[in-house]
Amino acid sequence: MNKLQALMGWVDARFPATKMWEEHLSKYYAPKNFNFWYFFGSLALLILVLQIVTGIVLTMNYKPDATLAFASVEYIMRDVDMGWFIRYMHSTGASAFFIVVYLHMFRGLMYGSFRNPRELLWIFGVLIYVALMAEAFMGYLLPWGQMSYWGAQVIVNLFAAVPFVGEELSIWIRGDFVISDATLNRFFAFHVIAVPLVLLGLVVAHILALHEVGSNNPDGIEIKKNKDENGIPKDGIPFHPYYTVKDIVGVVVFLIFFFAIVFFAPEMGGYFIEHANFEPADPLKTPEHIAPVWYFTPFYAMLRAVPPMFGSQFPGVVVMGGAIVVMFFLPWLDRSPVKSVRYRGPIFKAALAIFAISFVVLGYLGVQPATPFLTLMAQIFTTIYFLFFFLMPWYTKIDTTKPVPERVTS
Amino acid sequence: MKIKIVTLLMMMVPALAIASGGVHLDKADVDLDNKESLQRGAQLFTNYCLSCHSAGYMRYNRMAQDLGLSEKQVEKNMMFVADFSKLEEGEPGKVGGLMKVALRTADAKQMFGTKVPDLTVVSRSRGADWLYTYLRTFYLDESRPFGVNNTTFKDVGMPHVLWELEGLKKAVKETIKDHDGNETTVITGYETVVAGKMSAAEYDDAIHDMVNFMVYMGEPAQLVRYKWGVIVLIFLLILFIPAYALKKEYWKDVH
Repeated sequence: MNKLQALMGWVDARFPATKMWEEHLSKYYAPKNFNFWYFFGSLALLILVLQIVTGIVLTMNYKPDATLAFASVEYIMRDVDMGWFIRYMHSTGASAFFIVVYLHMFRGLMYGSFRNPRELLWIFGVLIYVALMAEAFMGYLLPWGQMSYWGAQVIVNLFAAVPFVGEELSIWIRGDFVISDATLNRFFAFHVIAVPLVLLGLVVAHILALHEVGSNNPDGIEIKKNKDENGIPKDGIPFHPYYTVKDIVGVVVFLIFFFAIVFFAPEMGGYFIEHANFEPADPLKTPEHIAPVWYFTPFYAMLRAVPPMFGSQFPGVVVMGGAIVVMFFLPWLDRSPVKSVRYRGPIFKAALAIFAISFVVLGYLGVQPATPFLTLMAQIFTTIYFLFFFLMPWYTKIDTTKPVPERVTS
Repeated sequence: MKIKIVTLLMMMVPALAIASGGVHLDKADVDLDNKESLQRGAQLFTNYCLSCHSAGYMRYNRMAQDLGLSEKQVEKNMMFVADFSKLEEGEPGKVGGLMKVALRTADAKQMFGTKVPDLTVVSRSRGADWLYTYLRTFYLDESRPFGVNNTTFKDVGMPHVLWELEGLKKAVKETIKDHDGNETTVITGYETVVAGKMSAAEYDDAIHDMVNFMVYMGEPAQLVRYKWGVIVLIFLLILFIPAYALKKEYWKDVH
C-alpha cells in the first residue's frame, strides 16, 4: 500500500491525477435525488465510446471507394470474424445514440437544466447534437446503398437552394456534380476523424461546464446554496461511488435493450437499417420514396412542409435550420421564476406535452410519402414546434408556479 | 392442386389490392433451421439463377459449411460458372471463391435490356414474401419479349426461368368498376396452359426452399445471431442482480 501511495505521490507531483479524480468523481457532489431521466447522460457517453471502438474495427475492413464500399460492407458481414456483430453494434449504436440524446434533451427541458447558470452547458449540448447529426449523416453514406446515395443527394441539394452561391456550394461539398466517389471519400474522412474529434472536444467542454456549475436535479434547486460546515452541499453525494454504481445498473438495463435489437432485430423493421439500402447505389435509378433515417425525419417533415417560394426550396431549408438554431436561444426564452416542471403551472406542462407530441408526429410524417393531407398536418405541427419557442417568454411569465422547497425532495 | 392455387389467389380481393396500392404478397414462412430445405434451395438457386444472376458477396465454401455440405459436393453439383472477373477468357471457379457469374454486364443489357442484379442480399431489399410471390406469378403475355409477364413485378425483363418446373399459366382477368366508374382490369387467378414437371404444390414448396436459401444467403450470420443473442441476454439479466444489489448496498446510507 505504501509503495502504491508513493507511486501516486510521484505521479501527482508531475500530473494532477488525484486532483482530477477528486474533482470529477470522488469529490464531485451531485444532487442525491436524480431519477430515471438522469441515466441518459452517462449512457450517451457509453454509446460514444462504443461507436468509436466499433468504428475503429470497422475501418479495418471497410473500403471508402465507390466501386468497393458496398462489397466491403458485405465482406464485413460474412467473411470477417464476428464482423456482423461489430457492424450491427455500430448501426444500432447510431440509432441508440439519438434515442438517448433525445431523452437527455427532454430531461433538460423538463427540469430547466438549460437555465442560468447552465446556459453554456446547454449550448455545448446543442452543438454536440448538431455534430452528431453531421456524423450520422456522413456515416450513412458509407455503406453505399440506394438510401445512402439518394439520402445524401437530397441533403446536399439543400445547400444548392441557398441563393446566389448555392450551386457552387453544393459542388464544393460533394467535390463533384453528383454524389460520387469523391464525396464518399471525403465523407469517410469527416466521419472517422474530423467530426469525432469535434464531438470529443465538445463532450469534454460539456462535462467541464457541468462540473463547474454543478448538476441540476428534478426539483430544479441549486444544491450549492445549502452547504454544511465543510463546504459540501447538504443534498449532494459524491458522484463516485454513488452514481457510478447506480449508472452501472442503468448500463446493464440499457444493454439488455441494446443487444436485444443487435441480435434479434438489427434492421428494426427497416427503421435502423432501411431495406432499400441493401441495393447498391445506382446514380441512374432514383428510388420512388426517399426517406431519411428516423432520427432526421422530424426535420425532413418540416422541410417538406414549407412550399417552394419564388421557385426556390430555400425557405424550407431556413425553417429546418431554424428548428435547430432556435434551441440555442432556449435559456433566454424561458422567463419562469422556477426551473423544474414540478413547480410550474399548467400552461408550461401543456406546452411541453404538446411540443413533445408535435416532435414525434413530425417524425412520423417524415417517413410517410407527402400527400396533401399529411403536408397540411406537417405544416400545423411545424407551427406548433416553433410556437413552443416563440411564445415561451410570454406563457412562462403568465403561468402560475408552486412554491419551490429549500431542500431537494426524494 | 391447380384449384388450390386459383382459390388461394381468388381470395386476394382485387379491390383490396388496388386500395393498398400494391400487390398482395403471400407469406414465405422462412425457416432457417430446416437444413434440408436450405440445401434444396441452394441446389435450385445455383442451377437456375446463378447462370445470369451473381451472388457476388457469397462464397461457395461458406455455403457448404453452413448448409452441412462437403466442398466436394458443392464443387460437383453447384459450381457451373467460371469466374470472369480476372481473366477475359474466364477461369474455373474456386470453392473458396465468390459466386460470380459468367454473364457480362454489357451482354446482359443487350439480352434483357437491363443489367442483371446481384442476388446476394436481394432478400433483404425485397423481402422474403415478395420473392416468394414474385417467383410464383409469371404468366403468359405475348406482348413481352420472352412471352411472359409478372403480376408482382410488372414488365420485368426476366424470362420465366423455372417454367420447366412450374409449367406455363395464363392470367384470369376481370374488369372491375370503382365507385367513380373507372374501369380497371385486375388479375384474379391463373390457369395452367402447359403443365410442368412439378404440381402446383410441389412448385410452391420448391420456391419456398429457394426463398429460404436466399434469406439465409442475405445474412448467413442469422444462423448464429439468435443463439448468441440468447446467451448475451441471459448473461445481462444475471448481471443485473449483482449490479442492483451493489447499488442498494451503497445507497443504504443516503437518506
